[in-house]
Amino acid sequence: MDVAAYTELLPEITPTNQPFWDGCAAGELRLQKCADCGRHRFPDSPVCPECLSGAASWEAVSGTGTIWSWCTMHQKYFAAFADEVPYQLVYVRLAEGPLVISTLTDGSPEPRLDQPVRAVFQPDGAGRAVVRFSAEADPR
Amino acid sequence: MNANDAAVIIGAYEHPGRELPDKSLAQIHAEVALGAVADAGLTLDDVDGFFCGHDAPGYGGGWVTMAEYMGLRNLTYMDSTESGGASPIYHVSHAAAAIAAGKCSVALITLAGKPRTGVQPGGGGPARPEDAFEMAMFTGAGLVSTYALAAQRHMYEFGTTSEQLAEIKVAASIHASHNPNAFLQKVMTVEDVVSSPLVADPLHRADCCVVTDGGGAVVVVSREVARTLNRQPVRIMGQGEAGKLTNGGRVDLTYTPAVWSGPRAFQQAGVSVQDVDYVSVYDSFTITVLEILEDLGFCEKGQGGRFVMDGALVAPHGRLPFNTDGGGLANNHPAHRGGITKIIEAVRQLRGEANPGVQVPDCEIALVHGNGGDLGTRMRAATMILGRESA
Repeated sequence: MDVAAYTELLPEITPTNQPFWDGCAAGELRLQKCADCGRHRFPDSPVCPECLSGAASWEAVSGTGTIWSWCTMHQKYFAAFADEVPYQLVYVRLAEGPLVISTLTDGSPEPRLDQPVRAVFQPDGAGRAVVRFSAEADPR
Repeated sequence: MNANDAAVIIGAYEHPGRELPDKSLAQIHAEVALGAVADAGLTLDDVDGFFCGHDAPGYGGGWVTMAEYMGLRNLTYMDSTESGGASPIYHVSHAAAAIAAGKCSVALITLAGKPRTGVQPGGGGPARPEDAFEMAMFTGAGLVSTYALAAQRHMYEFGTTSEQLAEIKVAASIHASHNPNAFLQKVMTVEDVVSSPLVADPLHRADCCVVTDGGGAVVVVSREVARTLNRQPVRIMGQGEAGKLTNGGRVDLTYTPAVWSGPRAFQQAGVSVQDVDYVSVYDSFTITVLEILEDLGFCEKGQGGRFVMDGALVAPHGRLPFNTDGGGLANNHPAHRGGITKIIEAVRQLRGEANPGVQVPDCEIALVHGNGGDLGTRMRAATMILGRESA
């Protein structure tokens, strides 16, 4: 991986999103929760996209979700990922509602949709802990 | 008569070029502007309303520098509504509203780009943490990923297949083979499409639109001005707009805001899907067309795969002829924005000026639909119902 090019793609850590990244470093998925309407949101935002309230707390959430969709990238769109193709992406619906795009830690050749997954936190190529997902033992 | 009937489309022009390494972006805007006003029987001095997107070159983005470049000195109304590839469809609607309100009487709408031989618009750059998909760029996700995720989910929920998506490209390629300016000239088969290299599984290279330089322009005028010209006017019968945004991370990629913009346009026009003879549907990817046709009500949600089979989209005799110029999938997608070419081909169809092999007989009502932004996120939709003067 081209670490310099990859680092360019990483979101800047700001005072507003710091709790999310602190959570990743601590191995915990943390989302903002609106103090007025109670909805969780992702990514972070200064106001609630549902009720526009500015009051919110950061909470550790379950870290569980299901695979809503996935795809495998074959085209080299980013210099950082030129050596990684083909690589798989998953779109995970968190138990709290919001969807997150990321990768699977144990990339199965063909993930099953609606399969349960759990958030795991691993250092990326630049050494920052990021959220990825691991397939849960299939309850069925 | 509804408010839209105060204005008609009277001029349309698509740049014949698809690779324009020696032309500047501003030059292409000016060439298509001249083409469209000449088609209308007007000159640039007649223009008093000017519309273009934020992708126009120059000062601050929007209309300023291009108005300067083209010497538009008589402007009384300007609008740079930015809605991605759908922008020109918003511009025609907004021009009609401005004309109805007496703010201008000759509106020029231009779009130009040169992603093939020039600088790619947008792309890369540092991620803004407040955006779900840009936040995901460090995972290697880009625009095409959202379309691939949408296609995968559509396949899972509704049983849609790659072969069904391929039928959309096949129809576009058949149409392009009648268009001497089309970027792709070869008729493709379903097998050709599904055996083309994967770009973002389940989407193949042939599921994607072409990357072309070029542009187009449209002229919208008041009824009074149209009466002084010797050109067949095209009615703007109805229009609708809608946005479907990230919604705190709760997004469903299997439908588009066409579910809202479509009914608004049909209601204003007083027609229904059964009345539509031809559709220009935004076709950044095959899945874009499939979801939009469902969302506009041409078939039940989830039935799009079956709907597009057996040549349903192939002109002139398919059930619903679409994008008869070859569309973005095979003809032209200048600036990575397909809005202007969608309007232009609908105008050709309604005037009976489409390429002879794909002219829909007695084409009286055409639907134009544009989709701006990623599929399902920060997505903007505009639907327009256009009609032949007799309609």
